[in-house]
Amino acid sequence: MSEMEKLYLIVPLAPLVGAIFAGLFGKLIGRTASHVVTILGVAVAFVASVVVFQDVQAGNSYNGSIYTWATAGDLRLELGFLIDKLTVMMMLVVTFVSLMVHIYTIGYMHADPGYQRFFSYISLFTFSMLMLVMSNNFVQLFFGWEAVGLVSYLLIGFWYTKSTAIYANLKAFLVNRVGDFGFLLGIGLIAAHTGSLDYATVFSKLPELSVKTISLFGDSAWPLLTVVCICLFVGAMGKSAQVPLHVWLPDSMEGPTPISALIHAATMVTAGIFMVTRMSPLFEVSETARAFVLVIGATTALFMGFLGIIQNDIKRVVAYSTLSQLGYMTVALGVSAYSAAVFHLMTHAFFKALLFLAAGSVIIGMHHEQDIRRMGGLWKRMPITWITSLIGSLALIGFPFMAGFFSKDSIIEAVAASHTLGAKYAYACVLIGVFVTAFYSFRMYFLVFHGRERFHAAHAEAHDDHGHGAHGGEVPHESPWVVWLPLVLLAVPSVVIGYLAIGPMLFGDWFGASIVVHEGNNALAHLEAHFTSAFGMAIHGFMTLPFALAMAGVATAAYFYLVKPEIPARIATAFGPVYRLLENKYYFDRFNEIVFAAGSRALGKVFWKAGDQAVIDGLLVNGTAKIIGGFAQIIRYFQTGHLYQYAFTIIIGVVVLLAFWGSRG
Amino acid sequence: MTGWQFLSLAIWVPIVGGLVTLATGPDRNAPLARLIALVTACAGLLVTIPLYTGFDTTTASMQFVERYQWVSRFSIEYYLGVDGISMPFVILNSFITLIVVVAGWQVIDRKVAQYNAAFLIMSGLLNGIFSSLDGVLFYVFFEASLIPLYLIIGIWGGPNRVYAAIKFFLYTLVGSLLMLVAILWLFMESGGSFDILSWHNLKIGMAAQSLIFFAFLASFAVKVPMWPVHTWLPDAHVEAPTGGSVVLAAIALKLGAYGFLRFSLPIVPDAAQHYASLILTLSLIAVVYIGFVALAQSDMKKLVAYSSISHMGFVTLGFFMFNAVAIEGALVQMISHGFVSGAMFLCIGVLYDRVHSRQIADYGGVVNTMPKFAAFFLLFAMANAGLPATSGFVGEFLVVLGAVQYNFWIAFVAATTLILGAAYTLWMYKRVVFGEVANENVKSLSDLNAREFAFLAVLAICVLAMGIYPLPVTEVMHASVNGLLQHIAVSKL
Repeated sequence: MSEMEKLYLIVPLAPLVGAIFAGLFGKLIGRTASHVVTILGVAVAFVASVVVFQDVQAGNSYNGSIYTWATAGDLRLELGFLIDKLTVMMMLVVTFVSLMVHIYTIGYMHADPGYQRFFSYISLFTFSMLMLVMSNNFVQLFFGWEAVGLVSYLLIGFWYTKSTAIYANLKAFLVNRVGDFGFLLGIGLIAAHTGSLDYATVFSKLPELSVKTISLFGDSAWPLLTVVCICLFVGAMGKSAQVPLHVWLPDSMEGPTPISALIHAATMVTAGIFMVTRMSPLFEVSETARAFVLVIGATTALFMGFLGIIQNDIKRVVAYSTLSQLGYMTVALGVSAYSAAVFHLMTHAFFKALLFLAAGSVIIGMHHEQDIRRMGGLWKRMPITWITSLIGSLALIGFPFMAGFFSKDSIIEAVAASHTLGAKYAYACVLIGVFVTAFYSFRMYFLVFHGRERFHAAHAEAHDDHGHGAHGGEVPHESPWVVWLPLVLLAVPSVVIGYLAIGPMLFGDWFGASIVVHEGNNALAHLEAHFTSAFGMAIHGFMTLPFALAMAGVATAAYFYLVKPEIPARIATAFGPVYRLLENKYYFDRFNEIVFAAGSRALGKVFWKAGDQAVIDGLLVNGTAKIIGGFAQIIRYFQTGHLYQYAFTIIIGVVVLLAFWGSRG
Repeated sequence: MTGWQFLSLAIWVPIVGGLVTLATGPDRNAPLARLIALVTACAGLLVTIPLYTGFDTTTASMQFVERYQWVSRFSIEYYLGVDGISMPFVILNSFITLIVVVAGWQVIDRKVAQYNAAFLIMSGLLNGIFSSLDGVLFYVFFEASLIPLYLIIGIWGGPNRVYAAIKFFLYTLVGSLLMLVAILWLFMESGGSFDILSWHNLKIGMAAQSLIFFAFLASFAVKVPMWPVHTWLPDAHVEAPTGGSVVLAAIALKLGAYGFLRFSLPIVPDAAQHYASLILTLSLIAVVYIGFVALAQSDMKKLVAYSSISHMGFVTLGFFMFNAVAIEGALVQMISHGFVSGAMFLCIGVLYDRVHSRQIADYGGVVNTMPKFAAFFLLFAMANAGLPATSGFVGEFLVVLGAVQYNFWIAFVAATTLILGAAYTLWMYKRVVFGEVANENVKSLSDLNAREFAFLAVLAICVLAMGIYPLPVTEVMHASVNGLLQHIAVSKL
């Protein structure tokens, strides 16, 4: 094993060791030791990732196996690492955000009895996510995929006595399983048609795969790769919360805020985006699949944005914003702008983790109040949280020079230049989405940090349902350094990473062979032709339509929530049906609740009571028993115990037999 | 190590040990009975280890063969041997027996010697089934193994045990008799041989093949159990004591599935392929229909019993698609199910011992008072739902891969288990473990004791090890599965 191979192993294993220590021996080693060992593990993973990054920057890459997991028939399933630019970027994002969240957790969870358990889970998550992104094969990908789902389940239900939390985590797991169902079939198709689940081997068989068809309904021939890609994308829809499998993400906010930042914003939910990017050679072959991706993504981007407008829970606003941004990334995938998708994935990871952690800081400052209508004017109470939130919000709405600007603008431009089916619809969605994003982001920002201080009145009534006695009755205050330091450290990339990275990542062919785009589909080519420098792009950004839309969104928010606070309520009344539609989240939850959840339970009851109990047991089993019993009753008449009756019966029998044989002879 | 007859040891060590345990008599000697049982179970497991370490993975032929005349007049032989298909089950069975002895240590305080003896003797008989290569020997072991199971349910079982026993009896009676007829027919047809391997090479016409196929099916389908002859299992589980449920789920259900591979497929391959679509349909019904039924259960044991039927549906599904990936997946699923369902029943047993209820509604918030238990239970629940890195994933994954090769829509229906399995398992887990402390019973629960911790930890290690590194298990099967597939590819008409 070479030095680098050892390093690759250290990256995921260091957090795993931390997780095992804090998880199994947490009570024994205590709180401090638990956070030290897990933070150390993640820090080691981060530093190792940086070293790997430098190695990859120097032009090296790696594709090798660790061990043979299983063999079955002709299938040989090996676990291993694929280390290239795409992987290393994900490794850096995951370990950096995870490290920030680990540090933040010291402050956020300090009073929680499950402190050690929490650290164990988030380190276990880091391990799982790293296994996912570093994989060179589908088995390990699926392993990581499900493992992050497991940790997500554990963390959403972290406060396991809270009924909403344990409802939300079951829902998240099951909805994700629906996605995994498609994902597994996609993997199965790949294995069946290539005899391998190793990325490189599968990609090497692309020429023959591209011309294969399978018949699904009768004799209709479907291009194999279209079916494969749609199946795989169904998996991505679950994990990356795309409509209609998005329903679990808003509810996942029941979990503690640090994991909302790490898992449900920055890393796990982007696994679907990462996976599709990794599979770009397959998706490039199928325009149908990409059109499907595009339409789903565009719908998510816009319609989930609308929902962000009417939320009053600070975390839910950010959650819907995450859904919408994931939609943007998916749109980028649909127009073959994979590099733009992962670029937005990266910038989003920083600024969204920042926004979530800032929201958490506000929640601590407000003594566990999450309703933004009961906040206001926090800027002078929590200056660091305020500034960093502003930075995060500006990055999110794509203000020129901020990280989000470069990535989001590239996506919008790519959609404009694309000829994929559905590109026009997608373009409309992402453009309107810009206005919507700016509106809900700054609605939240103004309601939280500016305007009148509304918490004094609210406190008396709201306080007793949140058992956070330590701070009772105080005014909001800035959070301790372990909380604000990660905010500051995340604010830095939220400002600069777009400026620094756009050149190489989008136009410098930095990803190289990691991402495959066919010439005809290259929507970014148009953008590339006009791109001179990041500075030029940002300056130009002040004169574009998206900028005007974003500013209009901010201005509207300012007018509605600072100048004339009575307007929103009036609009809500005026557009009652629309408002109710949004308030009920397009009735997705209601529908699932009635059709799938209640429907399955009812079906189970019917199968059980009617099928198992009435027909099989009642009719067949007990019926047979009754028939045998009845037969025995008849037999009993003959078994009287009287010798003369037996003798008589024997004689009759003999006579009948003789008569029978006689008639034959 | 040659010269040691490990298969005979695997059969007779537990049986003799069981008889010795029985000889300790009344309950005042219970500590001695337990000790002898434990030593026997350990010895029983130890003698099976060489079966793995000394196994030659390159050949499909029988290994560790022992062959002696038994009843020479009917050319009945004491003929033993294992291949890659049967060998893992001998070890699994001996392992589960040890777990059961430990699990019943303090819990069983009535007729202790008899209880342990019943399990030990059954363990030997079950090993006999997996290693018999003589038809009569197989049949004797197959039927004899029912007796201890009857006794276990009948003596240490729940209030409704008579109904459960009768139901079980009715079901198995029909099947067993038909199987006996088939065995006798094969004896005649082969010119007076009970050698199962020689039956593999008999030329048989299609009509006869069909009859034999259904005769065996009647017996094996009940054992698996396949839909619609499954309804005895939930009742049997509910009435059985924890140890009985564990052996029933972990080993007894595997007998039917094993029978398909040893008898149906190789002896009547043409009929097996002709009626494959029937079996596949029944299997898919088991996976989906039973999955929904499991969702509707309010009794934990019934829920896990139905989940077992659903998981065994995956096994029969894998067998009848006739490709190596699916068959090996099905075999892995059988072994994994041994660990996972055993562990699930043990977990329910842990709760039952404390609260004396199996009703989900009687629990809630168990994690508050039993955090260690909750962690183990979660692991096994996740394994039951087929989470990767647990053994439950490997089999399901491989069967689905094999199914896609065979037919996309079969895979599609089978893969719904991903959703259904998670739904019924985790919904139960949520209602039992999560939430506020539901009542006084839950409030006064004490967490796992050292003994409970030990057997759950051992099972947890097995479940994880097999999920992370299944190669040692799949490796031993290749040659035998390939041999089987080559064999059935040749028509016998």
